[in-house]
Order: sequence, then C-alpha cells, then structure tokens
Amino acid sequence: MIRRLFACLALMCWCQAGLAQGITVQEILQENKTLVEKLSRKTIGPVIEQIAASDLPQAQGFLEALATKQVWQRRSDGLFFIATEVAKRQYTLSDPDGASVVGEFAKKQLKQLKPNSGVRALIATALVQFQLSDADPAKRAEALLAMERAPAADQLAPLRASIESEPDAVLKARKSRLERLLTISFDPDDAIRVAAIQSFDGDLGVDVRATLNPLVVKTLNVTAGDLPGDVNIVGIVKPGSDDLDRVQAYDLLVDSKLAPAPTTPADIRAALADHIDGTQVANVSVDQLSDPVIRRQAYDRLAEQSLVPTFTGEEDITKTLDDYTFYETYAEPSATVTTAANEALTTIELKVGLNQAFDLGLDAISLASIYFLAAIGLAITFGVMGVINMAHGEFIMMGAYTGYVVQQIIPNHTISILVALPLAFAVTFAAGVAMERLVIRYLYNRPLETLLATFGISIALQQLAKNIFGTQARPLTAPGWLDGAWVMNDVVSISYIRIAIFILALIFLGVFLFIMKRTRLGLETRTVTQNPRMAASMGINPERVNMLTFGLGSGIAGVAGVAIGLFAKVTSEMGNDYIVQSFMTVVVGGVGNIWGALAGATMIGFLQKGIEWGNPSNTLAAQTYMIIFIIIFIQFRPRGIIALKGRAAGD
Amino acid sequence: MRTSFIAKNPSVLIFLLVLAVFTITVTILSEGFGIGLISTSFIKTLGKTLCLCLIAVAMDLIWGFTGILSLGHFAFFGLGGYMIGMWLMYERTRLIVTEALMQGQIPPTDTEIIDGIGNQIFGVVGSSDFPLVWAFADSLGIQLLLVVLVPGLLALVFGWLAFRSRVTGVYLSILTQAMTLALALYLFQNDSGLRGNNGLSGLQNLPGVEAPQSIVSMWFFLASALALALGYVLAAWIVSGKFGSVIRGIRDNETRVRFLGYSVESFKLAMFTLTACIAAIAGALYYPQAGIINPAELVPIASIYLAVWVAIGGRGRLYGAVIGAGFVSLISSWFTGGQAPDIPLGFYTIKWVDWWLVLLGLSFVTVTLFAPKGIGGLFDLFKKESNT
Repeated sequence: MIRRLFACLALMCWCQAGLAQGITVQEILQENKTLVEKLSRKTIGPVIEQIAASDLPQAQGFLEALATKQVWQRRSDGLFFIATEVAKRQYTLSDPDGASVVGEFAKKQLKQLKPNSGVRALIATALVQFQLSDADPAKRAEALLAMERAPAADQLAPLRASIESEPDAVLKARKSRLERLLTISFDPDDAIRVAAIQSFDGDLGVDVRATLNPLVVKTLNVTAGDLPGDVNIVGIVKPGSDDLDRVQAYDLLVDSKLAPAPTTPADIRAALADHIDGTQVANVSVDQLSDPVIRRQAYDRLAEQSLVPTFTGEEDITKTLDDYTFYETYAEPSATVTTAANEALTTIELKVGLNQAFDLGLDAISLASIYFLAAIGLAITFGVMGVINMAHGEFIMMGAYTGYVVQQIIPNHTISILVALPLAFAVTFAAGVAMERLVIRYLYNRPLETLLATFGISIALQQLAKNIFGTQARPLTAPGWLDGAWVMNDVVSISYIRIAIFILALIFLGVFLFIMKRTRLGLETRTVTQNPRMAASMGINPERVNMLTFGLGSGIAGVAGVAIGLFAKVTSEMGNDYIVQSFMTVVVGGVGNIWGALAGATMIGFLQKGIEWGNPSNTLAAQTYMIIFIIIFIQFRPRGIIALKGRAAGD
Repeated sequence: MRTSFIAKNPSVLIFLLVLAVFTITVTILSEGFGIGLISTSFIKTLGKTLCLCLIAVAMDLIWGFTGILSLGHFAFFGLGGYMIGMWLMYERTRLIVTEALMQGQIPPTDTEIIDGIGNQIFGVVGSSDFPLVWAFADSLGIQLLLVVLVPGLLALVFGWLAFRSRVTGVYLSILTQAMTLALALYLFQNDSGLRGNNGLSGLQNLPGVEAPQSIVSMWFFLASALALALGYVLAAWIVSGKFGSVIRGIRDNETRVRFLGYSVESFKLAMFTLTACIAAIAGALYYPQAGIINPAELVPIASIYLAVWVAIGGRGRLYGAVIGAGFVSLISSWFTGGQAPDIPLGFYTIKWVDWWLVLLGLSFVTVTLFAPKGIGGLFDLFKKESNT
C-alpha cells in the first residue's frame, strides 16, 4: 500500500515537472534543438523523457511518429513537423501539437530525423507508460507481453503507475504479477524485494524461476589473502572436493594469471620439436624421444637454458592450490535477498518435483494405453486363441494406411477419421479372416509352424506395402480439435491426442469385455478355446468361431493402427516397432486374460517412462533395460502378472 | 566308435566330398589362386554363404534336433563378428596412426599412439577414450578367445535363466527375440562403446598383411569351408550318439524325457550354448569378408531369416540346413542384386528388387504348409526309389 502511495506521489511530481517546463512539444524540441538534430542515443534521453513526462495528450503520437521516422525538420526555420508523403518528393507537414496541417513542401526543403535502433529503444521505453494505460486492452496486453519477454529496470515505475487504473481484472493480475517479478529483480529496497520473493512461495510459473535463478547464480573466485567483505559470499570451497574439481580450480588460477599453465605432453612435444638441432634436442638424440621419461629430461634441460617455461606438473599444481583460497559468490550482492530466493526456490523445486512426477505418471499412462491398444488385438488372437500371429504388426500398419488412403479421398480430417475407424476394422477383419482360412487353420496345435508361416506373411505384407506406398513416411493428420495440449500448469501438460488415445483404449477394453462376457460370440469363443470337440458336440461350429475371433482380433489391430498412425509415422515398417512390445505386453501380463494385457501394458509403460526419466538422453537404453527387466521378471512369474489357474492354464 | 559314427552317417562323407569338390573347383576358377574365372567379389559372396551355412547348421542343431526355435542366434553371430572386428579395426588403425605419427619430427610415445587410435576410432561418436570393452582389442589371441567366450557366456546366462523357469515353445522364441532386440538397441547407442550405428568398418583389410584382396578373400573362403566341414562333422557326431537321442527325445516329448530321469534343462543349456559358439565362429569368419558390421545386422528379423533358411532347406537334417542357407541366400542376392530379369506385364513391370521379398514370404508360407520337410525332403523320395 505504502509502495503504491509512493508510486502515485512520484507520478504526480513527475507530471508537475512536465507542466512547469514546457507547454507544447514544439517548445520542448526547440529548447533542445541541437540535441534533437544530433539525435544521439547518449544525449537524447532527457529530451524524450521530458516529452513523455509532459502529460500532453499529443506526446504519445509524436513519439510514435519519431520512432517510425515520420518527423521532419523544416530547413527554413528549424521547426519540427510530422510529415506524410502525398506525392513523389512532396510532403504534407502537420504541427506536432495541434495536428493542424501547415502545408505541402518539397523534399529538399525538409530534413528527416532518422533515429537509430538505440534511440528507438529509448522511445519504446518511454512509450511503455502510454501503452500500459492505452484504451485498447489488446494493446495493453501486447505491451505487457513485450515487458515479460524483456524485463528491464526502467519498466518498473510506469508499470506500478498503471496498475491502479487497470479496469480489466485479468490484465490487472498479470500486471501485478509482473510488477512483483520486476520488484525482485530491480527494486532498490531489499525488504520490498524479499516481500515480493515470499509472495511467490510455491509458485510453479517458469517466470518466477527465471527471475529467481539469476539471483543465486554462483561464481567461483579466488584470493590469496582474506575473503573480501563487500560481496555476498556463499562459502569457501576446497579444490578436490565434490564442489570443486582440481583442474577447474587451477584453470581459474591460470585464467586470472596467478599461476602458469600446466605443461601438457603436447606442450612438451611442441617445445621439443621447436628446438631440434640437427638430430638432437638438448643433447638427446631425437630417436630416443618416444620415451616419455627421456622427453621430460630433455625438456628440463631446455628449461634450464631458459628456452622454454619451467615444467609445471601435478606437484606444482598441488602446491599452488594450497596457497589460495577459493570461494563462491552470488551474483546478487544482498545476502537477505539471496537467502529468501534460496528458500523460495527450495519450496518451488519440491513442488515442481512433485508435479514432474505427476506429469511423468501421465506420460506413462499414455504410453501404456498405446501399448495396450497395440496389444489388445494380440490378446485375442494370441491370448485367447493361442495363435502366434507375427503379422499382427502388419495389421496395425494396414489400419494406418487405410486411414491415410481415406484422408486422401475425404479432405475433412474429422469425417475422414470417423470413416477410417470402421473401414480399417473392416479391411483388417477381412485380411484376418482370409489369413485364418488360408493358412492358420491348417496349423492349429503347431505353434512354431504358425509363427514361421505368419512371419512369411508379415514380410510379404511389408514389402507389398513398400511397393504400393513407397518407403517414405506418410502423414495421418489428426483433426484440428485434437491439436494442442491440456496445460494444467507450467509443469504438467498432456496433449489432447494422448487423452483421445487413452479414452480409445478404455473403449476398446469395454468393447472387448462386452464381447467376451456378454455376447454369443464371446461365449462360443471361450467354449471353443477350452475344448473344441466338446463345443462342437454342443452344436457350435468351431471353425466359424475361430474364423470370427481371429477376424475380430485383427480388426481391432487395424483400428489401433489408425490411432497409432495419428501420432507416429506411417511406414511399411511401423509394425516392427510394436510387434515385440505387443508380445511382451501379453506375455508379461499373463496370457488368456484381458486384465493381464492391461496390467502388462501399464507395467511396461511405467517402467519405460521411469527408466527414461532416470536417463533422459537415451530412449534406446531405456528400451534395452526394459527388455532385460522383462526377461528377469519372467523368471519370477513365468505365467505373467495375472496367471490363469487350474485347467485353463494347461499348455 | 569313430567308424560306427561314419558308418551310421554316410551322408557326412557325401557332404564332405561335395564340399571338397566345390572348394577345389572354386579355388581353381578363382582370381587369387587359379585361372580367374570367378571374380574376387563373388569369392567373397561364396565365402560368406559358407559362413551362413555354418550358422544354419547351428540353427538346425538347436531347432531341428533340440526343438528350441531360437530367434536369437544371429545375435551371437553378430557378436562374434564384433569381437574379431574390434581387433581388426584396432590393429589396422594402430598401424595407420603409428605411420602417420612417425612422419612427425619427434617419434611418438605410446600414449600418443593410443590417443591417436582412440581419436580415429571413436571420433564419429564424439569421444576419444577407449571404453572398457576394448581392453583386449590389441591382442589377437584374447579377441579370438572372446569370439567364443562372449556369445557363449551370454547364451549360458540367458539360457540358464530361460530354461530354469521352464519357458518353452513359442514363449521361448519370443523371449530370444526380445533378447536380440535388446542387444541390437543397446549396440545402436553411441555410448555402447562399439561406435553405435556406425558399427565397425574396414574389416576386409588384414592388418600387417600386404597381400591383395583376391588372395585374402581366398584365405577366408578356404577357412570358411574348413570351418563348415569341421562344424558339420561336429554336429553330425553330436546328433549321432546317445546325446543326440536324448535331445531328439526332448524335441519330441520333453516331459517324458524328464520323467526318464534326464536333466532336460542341462541338455538344452548345453545345446543352446554350443550352437551359440558355432554361430559366433561363423560370424567371426563372415564379417571380415563383408568388411563392415553394424547393429542393423543384429535386429531380430535376421534371426528369423535364419529360421526361414533352415525350414526351406529341411530341418532335422544337417545337409538340409546347408542347402537351405546356401540356396536361399544365393538366390536372394541374385534377385535383390538386380541381376534377375524384370518381367514386363504390359500395364506393370515386375521388378524383382521390389517383389522378391513378397515371393520369399509367400513361398515360405507354402513350404510351411505343404512341404514341412523342405528341400531336403526331396532326398527322401530319391532314397525310397533307389531302395525299391
């Protein structure tokens, strides 16, 4: 409150000073005529400030005109005008104060004022106060954005002045936040700064961290004597401890010219090469110099003759380091401010950490839903029917390419996706039924042969897709309403497309459960899986059921392909990326159980994100470790997380 | 004992005879040692094919005789190649670096030479220090031992884990595939210590050997032929005795063999490790002829192709594996090499480079469905006719 009072007071003084000094812009300009004509960044500052502070309504317009090079001087009397070009080399001049037109003049009668970028920056700063209280909210927002991007000390006063009169609640909150941030960086009073820092306690905004972090940047310094008293010292650091590397410490000494640079083997080599005398260096034959010990002796001899600097080795470094005290200082001179900033940063970092963990959890869930989508078709064909389908990945690819083709025909992305989903199901369902009829039904109970035959189909399909669509990746564009992300705060955000995939995975789970538990087909599938001959004697046609079930699994893979194609690239080899993971998901989760696939996908998703978090630069390593983990995991639960018990678990 | 083994397996003698005739013919026709009808690059192709035949024999042992469809044997093959490749690359770079440094005014120290080699080899992955796995790269003897030891140890550990927990059948296949994928992904990283996806290159040059490529390629061709002969005899000997009966028993009914008191896991582990070692030796002979090895060679699909060769050749018989590997890999390189004539259909021209894989995939399905005995099954028809 007191602060605002001060601000108002300052503003009032300012206005009065303006009123007292000049009445019109032209008068101010004429008073400082030589400065204006020179228009130098170093000297024009007070004039611009005077105009800005004059409280004249025309001041803003004039300054804007000056910045855009529209101000000209009339050569005859040295008066300044705002000019607009009416014809070639013909300008209309209008008075800077009244906007009244003075008349038309030829170009040679005039002289343009050309402010350089430095002057324009000064004008822009001066204009901030006008923009911050501009009648147009959009302009005010724009000015705020510019200040948020490039905060500067001189923005603080005009910003403070503009807060009180801000009518828009949102903009007012933004202004007040920016005012506090600027206070932290630029206010001269430490108590006010500390109060501002404390007001941000636990705030997750990136801007807060960007303001606080520079305050507590540490710089390494070195002194031979006592620590200086006039700087904000963090503490003394010992070279060779965890905080300070010996090499780093010595480099600082070398950079500060307090110690000679260490002599490296390369230095020795260069020095010796420079002093070769015939076949000898310092009375040592060149041939012998492949031995480092002899090299050193030769170098020392050269040093004795003062031809090269004396050797500086590890012992010298240790001795020199002992002579100096190393200490770190904060960039910010005030200790109270850095303490407050450190405290605030600690709480913020804790909160950021928690939010990052939450964000990681969201990432893991979305990865898990992708794996679940890719694996759910396999959970039917492999999990329920026991058929190893190595071409499962190619069904995913077929689905994705179906989506691509539909998008070529129907340009509207929303409609095309709605068409592509059932169409992909139909295409892959048909492919699955054809494959079951032509190949797989001859190979029931011969799983290894099934594996090989379906693999043959897989390579044939892949090459076929390559022949048709080419090798480059094809785009499958998501509808516009799936663009963007749901941003909860500066740390946690999740893209809409991932939410859509999560929802799709849930729908699939529901559909699967409904078909298996509530429909005739599901009942017959479960019957045929348990005992085909008994089922047949009950009037169920096992061949038909097998065909339909396999088609269903393949069809779901196709729909999953459309979903996966929305965020991954559609290539003929995209199936390869998912086939091993899909099998892993089903095997880890437990064969023959949809909840197992869900558990497997969740585990693999969280595991992979967890490993990536531990080693963020390297997703390949994450996949490697994940597979190794799975191999070990299977040791302990060979039948997966959710194992079937009893007769159903038989081989 | 030995006479009975040969007597029981006349096919071994026939195979060795065919291989000898083939080798001698090629040698006579070669550029290096003979009249020059066969180009050096084709000698290399033939030598590589012999190595592929050797790994196919290993695959047949583990799949056709023991019943374990391993989709990871090409990983062992690649590892073997990496082990020998490390020495070849280190030694060659050492010679080049030393020679370059000797040009300088001052003879180099050992440290300078090693730094120079490190810079040369690991510059592409932004490093210059030798990773731990290169500790023995300067010693041919140790690297040759590692060719067998590293893949053997990996197979031993993996096999022990897998067999101990009774992972069988398809699950084991998927697990081996996962292992291969993990290894390939690991090697793809730049900080794996084996130059990431750049792999090791320049392996066709034998360090310190001045002989031209036409001669070197013949050495490798002959070595590959010898390795194949030895591997074949070893495999035939293993499957002919009591050991062979047990592993065939495991293939046909694992539970029954276990009830008879055999330690099924030990037999499987022994076979898995042994075949991994054979595969590694084949790889160590293959990659110096190929000249380059990179992690793309190890991806799971390579191992599946291996299974394809053995299946097409006819599994459960060793010569079947050799025929399959030789036939399919040679015909593959013929089709994909652009030598096969295109078939114009008027509206569309069938280019074999594009359509060969489709044909291979479909023929593979056909073989699985209609000719489970593969090409080797043709010999049975022949045998029956001659008997009657």
